[in-house]
Amino acid sequence: MSVVAASEVLNPLSSGWFLENSWLIPIIPAVGFALIIFFGKRLPMKGSEIGVISMVASLGMSAGSAYQWIQRVGSAAEGQFVEPVIRTWNWWQIGGVNLTIGQSIDGLAVTILVVVAFISTLVQLYSIEYLHGDRRYTHFFAALTLFSAGMLAMVIAEDMILFILGWEIMGLCSFMLIGHWWEEGANSRAALKAFFTVRTGDMGLLVGVAILYFASNEWTTENLGVSGFSIHGISAWALSGEPNSTVILMASIALFIAAIGKSGQFPLHTWLPDAMAGPTPVSSLLHSSTMVVAGVFLVARLYPVFFEGFDILGAGGNLIMVIGAITIVIAAALAFVQADIKKVLAYSTVSQLGYMMLGLGAGAWLPAVFHIFTHAFFKACLFLGAGSISHSASHHSFDMRKDMGGLRKYMPITFTTWVISTLALCGVFPFSGFFSKDEIIDNVGNNGYTMFMVIGLVGAFLTAAYMTRATYLTFFGEARGAAAGQHETEHASDHGHDDHGHDDHGHDAHDGHGPRESGPLITIPLMILAVLALSSGFLNATPFGKSWEKLKDWVEPRAAVVMEVHASGPGESRIRAEEGHHSSPCGSETPKEGVCFAPQLEHAKFKWSKALLSLAIVFAGIALSWLLSVALYTKKNAKLVGLTSRNKVLGAGYRLLANKYYLDALYEQVIVRSVAGPISRAAYWFNQNILDGVLHGVSRTTRSVSSWTYRNIDQRVVDEAVNASGRATKGAGGVVQPVQSGKVSQYGALLFAAASVVALVLVIVNT
Amino acid sequence: MLVNQFLILAAILFAIGVYGVVARRNAVLVLMSIELILNAVNLNLVAFAMRNGSADGHTFALYVIAVAAAEVGVGLGLVLLIFRNRRTIALDELSEMKG
Repeated sequence: MSVVAASEVLNPLSSGWFLENSWLIPIIPAVGFALIIFFGKRLPMKGSEIGVISMVASLGMSAGSAYQWIQRVGSAAEGQFVEPVIRTWNWWQIGGVNLTIGQSIDGLAVTILVVVAFISTLVQLYSIEYLHGDRRYTHFFAALTLFSAGMLAMVIAEDMILFILGWEIMGLCSFMLIGHWWEEGANSRAALKAFFTVRTGDMGLLVGVAILYFASNEWTTENLGVSGFSIHGISAWALSGEPNSTVILMASIALFIAAIGKSGQFPLHTWLPDAMAGPTPVSSLLHSSTMVVAGVFLVARLYPVFFEGFDILGAGGNLIMVIGAITIVIAAALAFVQADIKKVLAYSTVSQLGYMMLGLGAGAWLPAVFHIFTHAFFKACLFLGAGSISHSASHHSFDMRKDMGGLRKYMPITFTTWVISTLALCGVFPFSGFFSKDEIIDNVGNNGYTMFMVIGLVGAFLTAAYMTRATYLTFFGEARGAAAGQHETEHASDHGHDDHGHDDHGHDAHDGHGPRESGPLITIPLMILAVLALSSGFLNATPFGKSWEKLKDWVEPRAAVVMEVHASGPGESRIRAEEGHHSSPCGSETPKEGVCFAPQLEHAKFKWSKALLSLAIVFAGIALSWLLSVALYTKKNAKLVGLTSRNKVLGAGYRLLANKYYLDALYEQVIVRSVAGPISRAAYWFNQNILDGVLHGVSRTTRSVSSWTYRNIDQRVVDEAVNASGRATKGAGGVVQPVQSGKVSQYGALLFAAASVVALVLVIVNT
Repeated sequence: MLVNQFLILAAILFAIGVYGVVARRNAVLVLMSIELILNAVNLNLVAFAMRNGSADGHTFALYVIAVAAAEVGVGLGLVLLIFRNRRTIALDELSEMKG
């Protein structure tokens, strides 16, 4: 191991217009939002065209940035740290404190930028048809566009201030979009539940950012010339060996609570399935591929902090892994008892987010980010497929048991895209999910966490099984309910339908026909997403050797020690060893000179034996679930039907799942009541005993004093005076009575007039 | 001087706000006008803080923003209750307090 001199290995990094101006990417949809709000209703397409155009422009910019980032990586030497493209502007500067906001574009940012802009564009196109004729069509597109702006702003953020801004914009927009059809009480309750649950986690974000700022500000100002809000400053500080381990642990825990809330991890996952009350495009955009990914993105973005705080790669696992593993299994189990197709997908999302967290916790940073990437495509495709079914085949019902079945004949495109995405989600070779999910499981095992690897494999089995059940119920067997053309039954049922926004037009438009394929604005996004669900895995296809691992080159920050640090951002890097970054000290020890921006991580060597094991598990899940589904739903096997009501153990398990582990009851009945109840009881007791006691005592004393006063002073002295002044007041009151008109604006006018007079007097007196 | 322009803008905002409070009948618009007045004051605070180079004005402005948020909460609650009881939020129809 020898140290190579900096000048020998360093290349100047290329940049370009798109990289330098990536801050425009969130600005475009933000401006689009304002235009839709102000002018949308007057436009021929009611504002949707602005939304689509702004998202297409953002997508173009993102693609340009991604292309130039790849060039930038290509221009770097082997193992050289590729600096993010950082541009900052002063935002708030006073008393020696200088806060900046700005962009920081690196591999992680461009990956998520492309995914978000791409999915947003497709979802907007899809919504044009799906929400056609909705009564708040313009507002829907405005909120959708603002949502994308928030997510994109969070992704490009150089500092935690812009990060929080984007994060909160998303929280607000998700509230508006989930509650889009707020006339229905359940929808507005779901929106509030999502908002409050996520807010609970958001407290952690504020606390964590505050801790990081106060802990790191001094170090970052001195060494990097940036404030303690800067993400690359915090990263370098976390890896510098400087921070107190308790402080960084507390910050990590606080930030992780925010990630739990946003990404629907156990125990704050309860909001995500309820959030399916929103229109289906919203579920597809917010709750599968973008918003819920924000929590994972937070962990991936501030990875050095979590790396040091939770001692990732240390023995025995850590909080992130435990939460991720619990989430994988409990959410997958819940997906089995759902009748609503969107809820199956929602729990599936929760479970897949658990995989991403597990990967991040186990030091598999790149596989986790890769899983965000592939999951976005196939899960968006699944959600849009569910929307396509409800739009055209099941008459706005999402109930798989009642209103679906046998749809593969009527909806060939939806069926094909659904199957491709399902196989990708299950992780079947060569669909995209195989490459990402298997890599997470593989790396978890490789880093020495055998138990968590087993949990990952169990999760893969469960995933395959519940998706097979959902596919069977939807597309195979015999048609039931609305899918069989029974329109009237659906309106009598009181759950699972989604037609609140369509009341005025939907019924007429869909009367008189059975299930059919959806229109091109719905099927084309489905096909594009299905192609990507099939192919996006090859961007980092570890089984085929190093030359296929493109994403690893482009996205993973290289753990090189950076020697010279400029005030505007990280400077030139130096490679410590001939082996490239394989023995970089970053993360494992304190660099003696220079700073690190990313910890050194290991990658598992791909082995077909391991992959075949997980593929066998997946196929076992599919086969077992298929056999059970056929027996249960089509043949109505007498031994299986009603088993949960006959067998006590299974019945208890079913009730536990059907009641979602009683977590909702715990939150609403126990926690809220135990907090609210004692407070109100204590307040009542205080009121009854203390305040009243004081009052009674005071009043008794007062009464005795007052009776004496009455006899001696009041009657003789005061009365005369009062009577005299009363006569005077009555006269005066008569004069000003007209002023007391009861009109608020008149009072306001008088108030301001009086204030103006006083101000005038002050001016005159002072000059 | 730069501060003057801030002050002029603040004065204009304040005047618009006063006009809204006095002339508007809609209670929600009156609340919005009050927000304008508060923000005109905030602008003044920040402008003077900038001139004096101290953070005090910023702190006050933040404080005002927090109080204004609470005030809007209470105000909109009142408007909601008035609407529930009278099916209108026109202020000139609310003259129960006439002396």
